[in-house]
Formats: sequence, C-alpha cells, structure tokens
Amino acid sequence: MPFLALQGVSKGFGPPQRRTDVLRDVNLSLEKGEFVAIVGFSGSGKTTLLNLIAGLTRPDSGGVTLNDLEITSPGPDRGVVFQNYSLLPWLTVTENIRLAVDQAFPNWSAARKEQHVEQHIRKVNLLPARDRKPAQLSGGMRQRVSLARALAMDPQILLLDEPLGALDALTRATLQDEISRIWQENQKTVVLITNDPDEGIYLADRIIPLTAGPNATLGPSIRVAIPRPRDRRTLNHDPQFKAIRRQVFDFMLSSRSENRVAITRKLILPDIEPEDLEQARYPQGRRTPLRRHEIKRETVEMP
Amino acid sequence: MKRFRLDALILPLIGFALVIAAWYVSSATWAKELPSPSKTWEASRDYVLKPFEKRGEMDQGILRFTWYSLQLVAKGYFLALVIGTPIGFLLGLSATFTRIFDPIIQILRPVSPLAWLPLGLVLFMGAGKSASELGALFTIAICSMWPTVLNTAVGVRAVPQDYLNVARVLKLSRTKTLFKVLIPATLPYMFTGFRLSLGIAWLVIVAAEMLTGRPGVGGFLWQEYNALVYEHIILCILTIGFVGFGLDRLMSVIEGRFKTG
Ligand SMILES: Nc1ncnc2c1ncn2[C@@H]1O[C@H](COP(=O)(O)OP(=O)(O)OP(=O)(O)O)[C@@H](O)[C@H]1O
Ligand SMILES: [Mg+2]
Repeated sequence: MPFLALQGVSKGFGPPQRRTDVLRDVNLSLEKGEFVAIVGFSGSGKTTLLNLIAGLTRPDSGGVTLNDLEITSPGPDRGVVFQNYSLLPWLTVTENIRLAVDQAFPNWSAARKEQHVEQHIRKVNLLPARDRKPAQLSGGMRQRVSLARALAMDPQILLLDEPLGALDALTRATLQDEISRIWQENQKTVVLITNDPDEGIYLADRIIPLTAGPNATLGPSIRVAIPRPRDRRTLNHDPQFKAIRRQVFDFMLSSRSENRVAITRKLILPDIEPEDLEQARYPQGRRTPLRRHEIKRETVEMP
Repeated sequence: MKRFRLDALILPLIGFALVIAAWYVSSATWAKELPSPSKTWEASRDYVLKPFEKRGEMDQGILRFTWYSLQLVAKGYFLALVIGTPIGFLLGLSATFTRIFDPIIQILRPVSPLAWLPLGLVLFMGAGKSASELGALFTIAICSMWPTVLNTAVGVRAVPQDYLNVARVLKLSRTKTLFKVLIPATLPYMFTGFRLSLGIAWLVIVAAEMLTGRPGVGGFLWQEYNALVYEHIILCILTIGFVGFGLDRLMSVIEGRFKTG
C-alpha cells in the first residue's frame, strides 16, 4: 500500500467550452520516507500537481490519497514550501514560523513552542536574522525560512515547489546540500518539484519527468541508486548520473516534439503604452486598441 | 543641492505672492466688495492674535472655532471608519454581498452633503436640542465613509492568493485568517481610504455647520456673511485650508508607516 497515491488524476482550467487540461491521467505512488523529484518544463503544470497533493485544488477526475485517505483540503500533515516563498511580510522570521507551530501544536506550552521555533531557525542557519522581516532577507534566506516553517510543523510529507528556482548557482548548491542534510536527519517523505534535472538527481531517490503541457503527464520513474552522501564534485563523472541525466533529457525533449510546448506565464506590464486614439474605439463591441497592461497572460509557442 | 532647497522654498512663495497680488488687484478694480488683503488682516487681527478668546457664542478666537469643528469632525469621522471598514471587508470578501449592495453604494456615493443634511435633521428631529449635532454627525459619517468602504474592498480583493494559500495550508481558523492575514494585508489600502475619508469629513463640516448654525469655522463663516463682515469669510477659508492641509499631511505620514508593511 503506497503512502501517497495519485490515480488517473486530471485537472484543467478555463470555462467549460474552452477548457484545456493542464494535467491528464497522472499516476504516482510514493513510499514512506522516499525522496522523489519531479522535473518539468516551465508552465507544464508542476505547481498544479503540487497544489493537488497539498489539497489546495481538487482534481477534475481521479483521486489523491495519503495513507489511503482521500485528500480533500490542505492540512498540517503536508508541509508546503511555495515557489515564491509566501512568507507573511508583516511578521518576522520567528513570528512566521511561530504561526505555523501554533497551528500544528496547539496544546504545547509557550516555552516548548518557543524552543521548537528556535530549533528550526537554527536548523536552517538563520539565528542571526530571527527578528528580521522577510523584506530584509535575501532570496536564499527567505527560502530557508519557508523551509523551516514547513519543517517546524513536523508534517508527514514535505512538498517543495522549485524551492531553489530563483537562486544563483552557488547559493543553490549550498541550499541543496542543506536540504539533503535535513532530509537525512528527518527521513521525511519529500516531493521536490524542480526545473533542473541535475538537482533532482543529486537529491532524490527517484526522478520522474513531467511531459510538456498541455495534457502533461508523468513519464517513467527513474531510480537513482547513487549511494549517499553524494559528492557534488565527482557526481558529474559518475556513469550512473550521466545515464540517468541522458534518460531524463531524452524523454523530456521527445515529449516536447510530440506536443508543441506553450509557455504561458502571467505578465505584469507597466501601464505606459498610450492608446492609439486614431483607431475606431468600438468596432465589434470590443474596445480595440487594448492597453498592454490589460493583457495579463502571454503564450509563446515554440515549434 | 543648495539650489534645489532654495527653489523648494522660493517657488511656492512666488505662488502665494501671485495669488495675493491677484486678490489685491481684484479688490481694487472689479470686485469692490472684496476686502483687500490689508483690510482682511486688520479685521481678523483679534481673532488670529487671541485665537482662544471667547467673547460670545458666535464671536470667538479662530482656533477655538477650529477646535469645535475638529471635535465634530472627529466624532463623525470615527463613526464613518467604524461603519465603513466592516462594510468594505464584507464587499471584498463576498461576491453576493457586493452584488446586493454595490449598486446602491454607487448611487448614494455622489450625493452631496448639502442633500444629506436636511435628511439628517429630519431623522433626528425627535432628539430635541441635540438634533442638529446628530444630523451633522450623520451627514459627516455618510459622506466620508465611501473612500474607506471602497478602498478596503479593493484591498481585500487584492490580497495575494499566496497569503491565502498559506492560511489554508496552516489551517488558520476564520478569525485567525482575518486578523493574521486579511487585515494586515489590507492595511495599506485601508489607510489610503482613511486619509481620503478624513479629507471629505473636513469638507463636509463646513456645509453642516453653515446649515445648522453651530459654532465652528463653518458656522462663523456663514454668520459673518450674513453680518456683512466679508473679511472674516476669507479668514475662515484660509483657516479651513490650512487645517485640511495639516490633516492630510498627518494622515500621509501615518499611511506611509503602513505602506512598507
Ligand atoms: N488558476 C489558474 N487558472 C487558469 N490557468 C491556470 C491556473 N493555474 C495554472 N494555470 C495554467 O496551468 C498551466 C500550468 O501552470 P503551473 O503553475 O502548474 O506551471 P508550472 O509547471 O508550475 O510552471 P513554472 O515552472 O513556471 O512554475 C499554465 O499554462 C497556467 O497558465
Ligand atoms: Mg510552478
């Protein structure tokens, strides 16, 4: 019996007539204590997949179960590290983590909670910054706070959404080592979403590619049997590493040629373009020259 | 840098000088009834130099009048915030509530204080002596609460989905979500609304005092118009302007505190 299971999960967005499935027929099963990495192109539906496991969204069809229980809503048994940190900016590092601890362990004494919070701030090496607000932290530090917040809830499963996506290569490497160390200490079940296959292989027990969207689905699960602790410097020459890497890339690139990729992302454009007043304003009931900032989504298709 | 400082001081002074010159010329040429700047100062001297003196009900130092007006504004404004903020939250949170009340709000919003005041007086007619005060408070509150209502609603709708996701993942209760997430995230918008509301409340006070004849800057202004002491009209206008400007500055500072959040 798997610990976490997704069976025939599909999820789409948009109104019924023009609905596109982002994920179609996704199957996944995880054992307790496993570290699984999911790699995919930008916009293929990784965050959507993670939200389904977190219980933030419900699938259109199929089921998501944890310990054989259907996931219908978010809960403190699943710790989430969001793609954009999502710390509350009006709370300090300590307060952000404390809020989570208050929720996860309402019956603990204040002293015990305090000690627990401090222990987790120490775990991510942020003791000197404990009283700072998120705005006063660097991106890497915010990401560590976010990680500490998730860990402090002592969840059964940790869901990491591109936790290192916005960081430079050096910070990324440091934090990868931290994640690896923390995982080995706690042996939690982890689902890591990433856009970097190397990161997935370095950290995970299994790596699963997500095909290009729309209608993305999970590809074959590839076991990473490289013994731990893994050495970043020699990893690049490890024949197993190279084989897995090739396998992942081949699969993902071939999935892309079968399925034209569309990268859709939200754009926030400054409102600086003037309208062309010479043009007719209401040709077919629609005000035409649209201001650029009204176009919030842009799709770039790549052959 | 030094040049810039000088400009910042001199240029506004040029503006003041130009307006006073225009005033002087007007009073000397086409508007014979308009008191000249010097006559205005002569007539206002007592009121400005002894700002807290009380010679009679409607003959008091200008700051004493201002103080009465500010008290009334404070009460009406407080009422506007207490009523307006929760309405704003309800509008922001519930689409149904918005659909029910948004049209009526859009219709009531542009109604002038001059139109509300008589209704206020009618509403509180039974209150006897305090009817005029209650009517004025009603008018101030209903006219000045709209910016608070609308800005709060916009602020609540603009709370990033990320924060709400955090609240859901942490399983915060409804009240905790409200106090730990929604209110802090909305505060900057709320304070913008509060600032605009205060501006309107101060605008309304004059109309309210004029019509009810209560002692205050507005009441004084109207009485002196009827008593043909036109110099004092100008004194009142300047006082109202300076106080309004001061209030706006004050609120901007408070607002700025919450912007960084
Ligand atoms: N709430 C939503 N409404 C409509 N479309 C959505 C919504 N959420 C996601 N999508 C669409 O679903 C697709 C997948 O989005 P998702 O955020 O899961 O991608 P992702 O793989 O996490 O991308 P990235 O690597 O850039 O974070 C995108 O095309 C996106 O436009
Ligand atoms: Mg994503």
